[in-house]
Amino acid sequence: MTHTRPSVREAPTGASRGRAAPRRSRTSRRTDALAGYLFVAPQVLGVLVFVIVPVGLAMWYSLNEWNVFTGDLDFVGGDNYTAALNDPQLPGVLGATALFSGGVVVFNIALGLALAVMLNRRFRGVALFRTLFFSPVVVSVVAWTLVWGFLLQDNGGVNGVLAMVGIDGPNWLQNGPTAMASVTFTQVVRSVGINMVLFLAALQGVPKELYEAARVDGASSRRIFTGITLPLISPTLLLTAIITIVGALQSFAQIAVLTGGGPGLSTTVLVFYVFQQTFGFNDIGYGSTLALMLLTFVMLLTVVQWQLRRKWVTYED
Amino acid sequence: MRTEHRTRRVLRRIALYVSLTVMALPFVVPTLWMVASSFKPLNEIFASPPSLFSASPTTAAYAEAFDFQPFARQYFNSVYIALVVTATVLLVSALAGYAFARIRFPGRNPLFITVLVGLLVPSEVTIVPLFQMFKLAGMVDTHWPLILVTAFAAPCVLATFVMRQFFIALPVELEEAARLDGLGRFGTWWRIAVPLAKPALSAVAILTFLASWNLYLEPTVYLTSPELFTLPQALTRFTDAYGGEMWNTQLAAATMTVVPVVVVFLVAQRQFVESLAHTGLKG
Repeated sequence: MTHTRPSVREAPTGASRGRAAPRRSRTSRRTDALAGYLFVAPQVLGVLVFVIVPVGLAMWYSLNEWNVFTGDLDFVGGDNYTAALNDPQLPGVLGATALFSGGVVVFNIALGLALAVMLNRRFRGVALFRTLFFSPVVVSVVAWTLVWGFLLQDNGGVNGVLAMVGIDGPNWLQNGPTAMASVTFTQVVRSVGINMVLFLAALQGVPKELYEAARVDGASSRRIFTGITLPLISPTLLLTAIITIVGALQSFAQIAVLTGGGPGLSTTVLVFYVFQQTFGFNDIGYGSTLALMLLTFVMLLTVVQWQLRRKWVTYED
Repeated sequence: MRTEHRTRRVLRRIALYVSLTVMALPFVVPTLWMVASSFKPLNEIFASPPSLFSASPTTAAYAEAFDFQPFARQYFNSVYIALVVTATVLLVSALAGYAFARIRFPGRNPLFITVLVGLLVPSEVTIVPLFQMFKLAGMVDTHWPLILVTAFAAPCVLATFVMRQFFIALPVELEEAARLDGLGRFGTWWRIAVPLAKPALSAVAILTFLASWNLYLEPTVYLTSPELFTLPQALTRFTDAYGGEMWNTQLAAATMTVVPVVVVFLVAQRQFVESLAHTGLKG
């Protein structure tokens, strides 16, 4: 009987290690394991049914073509993948995806960090400002986007205000570059509050003594920021970056409501393209192929983040 | 010397207030504008120069919102779905998060990694196969897909992760004492661990409620009957016979969807922000 004791398999995650009641009988350990399985069963089964099985099915669909006449799937092998390589629209879609996700992540992190640093002091009204910057998070995505869509009309509020100071504003949502800027901007403003709060929490976790010591040594505030603050909050920084970019890659409602992917294809990001192909043109096979591409991007980003974490993150609990 | 130092401090403070106020404009004005415009008659909506206040305020748009769609019903749909989803996620994630943190059983780490995959897969990847699965089960154009997928996939996995992080950081002594007193695993979880986990549970509740409240892709894909619609989906349907946007009706409806959440947020702002900071995302 090669009975591996569970404690041997214990991953070095740290906190839950050791200190369990010493020397319990084998039966009690076995009922405990049973309890463990029962506790995690709903979540594990849920993920299997609603995530893993569908991903498997998506892989199968990507090898098939939807036959509109018979309502069946016809096996076509790698045709959908070849089609993706030859899709004349795809490079533009990928470019828009990179522009949008890149823009959202850069501005979201930079602005979130700037706000957190500005609001990580004591002054009258600091709580009010924190509330104001956080408030769009509680407005639903669609309501927020609708209002911006209204404000960004050619004769809408934004251009009305610009006209008051003598600027003839563009028709924001009808030009490619300004439409892209608009979806990026509204997305950043809506969600930066979350990053601000996470950064605030991280900033408050930096020991005060370090700042005092640095100041005694005569370090400039800029040197303190790059030498102490940034390295110490780097775990949060990386984690928020990855959460933000994965979120940006999935921004469907914002695009659908504000621009509908237009004008032309200028704001058609991959998510929106997948939706169009599958539900607009009923091309389940091709839609699944594109969706798996999206999944590959997300997975790659996660792996990259994991690697960077080892390299960059200078401090971790 | 001293007064000069003081003036510089005051100037700096003023600069801080001015820049913060300017930066806050895009965060605050849209919401104000939305509420203000919802009381304007349609011909004033795009008045130039723009004005926050209407010359002849009216609540006609609010009445129109209820006439045009079964809006009260849609409101109820969103609320009850979000509540059912939140309750389910609290239960499932508190159980799983506790077990992944505390109980040792063979295969625990592989299972945990499997669960985490649920956080990485974008809903756009799974929505087509899920649609086919729900079609087979006869659940298309019902609320089941919205409830089941949200209650077990990504939002629930995030919750499980948050709960696990919380229980890992929680000292184990109290639970050990309870177990020595003869309480079983379930009893220990329910009577000792869950009451101690209130901060994490409230963070999970808020995040999950918002996730369900914001759901847009799923209702768009699964629902076709207007009386089954949820709010985000209903908001985009206020268009006239020619496909033109009924702006003031849309804004009135949007205001009605935002007000309760904003009120709750303002009342519970502290817990709200604190719990978010405690989601274990601190790194």
